[in-house]
Amino acid sequence: MAGSSGKNINVTIKVWRQKNKNQKGQFETHEMKGVSTDMSFLEMFDVLNERLITEGKDPVAFDHDCREGICGMCSMYINGRPHGPKQGVTTCQLHMRSFKDGDIIVVEPWRSAAFPVIKDLAVDRSSFDRIMAAGGFVSVNTGNAKDANNILIPKDDADEAFNAAACIGCGACVAACKNASAMLFVSAKVSQLALLPQGQVEREERVLNMVKQMDAEGFGNCTNTGACEAECPKGISLENIARMNREYIHASTIANRK
Amino acid sequence: MSNSKGFLKSSIGRKFVMGLTGLFLVSFLVVHVSINSLLFLCDGGETFNAAADFMAHNPVIRFLEIGLFIGLIAHIVQALVLTLANKKARPQGYAQVNGAANSTWYSRSMGLLGTLLLLFLVMHLYHFWWPTKVAVFTHNEHNTFEEIKAVFTDGTMGVISVVLYVVGCLSLSYHLLHGFQSGFQTLGLNHKKYTPVIKKIGIIFSIIVPLVFALMPIGFMAGFIH
Repeated sequence: MAGSSGKNINVTIKVWRQKNKNQKGQFETHEMKGVSTDMSFLEMFDVLNERLITEGKDPVAFDHDCREGICGMCSMYINGRPHGPKQGVTTCQLHMRSFKDGDIIVVEPWRSAAFPVIKDLAVDRSSFDRIMAAGGFVSVNTGNAKDANNILIPKDDADEAFNAAACIGCGACVAACKNASAMLFVSAKVSQLALLPQGQVEREERVLNMVKQMDAEGFGNCTNTGACEAECPKGISLENIARMNREYIHASTIANRK
Repeated sequence: MSNSKGFLKSSIGRKFVMGLTGLFLVSFLVVHVSINSLLFLCDGGETFNAAADFMAHNPVIRFLEIGLFIGLIAHIVQALVLTLANKKARPQGYAQVNGAANSTWYSRSMGLLGTLLLLFLVMHLYHFWWPTKVAVFTHNEHNTFEEIKAVFTDGTMGVISVVLYVVGCLSLSYHLLHGFQSGFQTLGLNHKKYTPVIKKIGIIFSIIVPLVFALMPIGFMAGFIH
């Protein structure tokens, strides 16, 4: 890679180790010497894991996939913040140049009753999938594709829907929230369809069913601290939560159905 | 499919009650601070006593008072239910949390500030609401102005009362600083044009109202209310 800063630092990693969701976990300390500041945080963990494997020890389990900030798999809670100290990035896009020589870095899994720990730093986020399955889709009739300009959408609405759709479902909002609330995630998924004409048919059912599933999964309740918005790697706005509240209040009270 | 029956038991339904009752209690503060500001007229409490007497005997106000208590209790009950659910949502906490990086301390401490306010309110009702009720039902003459003055000028106890009232006003200020705009957000009233205005009004309200309230006990003690 061009433009290497060529610096190496020493850091101490305090990482959460937990065999499975039923066992109690604890922190494990590892000294990382000569870490290149050009490494991503996950690459630093790769180095740690290779060392652990060579030593015949159990490597640290953590989620990752694309490593380019778009899949939403990486999920570490670093020094008291989801995805670490930088704003608007996922853990894979966090680099060791964001840390100083001699830093002690505490790494924990997302902590939420609805995200049980599978192992170490890997948590089960299938509660998000079940919320999506409850209503985060549009039903489309089969047949020929319609002409793109048949349905006109105001630019502002399209932009808003696109911004909401930028959510990668990583769960940082839940991790950051003092109440472990999933309302930023659910509201983004409600909004991206509520703003578009294609989402109107199932609009009321969608918000009712998704909120019902969200509550059933055991997520907490939003108190509008704004921590989720500040920590979201995709900058999903709190406006979405207000929109979801509006949609839900409308669907439960004013909407003309049983 | 879910229906409207589950609304008040849902997360958003409970939050809706929180927001609505919170803003209702804010509207009460407007009335309360307006009438109490008559104390600053320094006419020996004449105007203030007349207003207090009207509030204590007017049947419409008495009816609204019941609504106020219902609103307050609903606000407290929902807060308890929501807080317990929130604790359950994260059974194991983090070893390290950097909350200051993403939110204000008072937005994260609404439960604590609310509890302080409740404790303050118990003392406040004991000081002023209860004696007024007793006087109304026993048809005794009483001078509200003198009663207030006595609480804050009673030697050491008076100083303690003034300090507790100032702490109460400070709790109110921070509770409102988050609660005012949070109430609108919860009700879904978020708008590109109006939300920045609501936030500004919220900040001004959260500073001015508790400040005016705090100046009352201080005024009695310092003697600039007479």
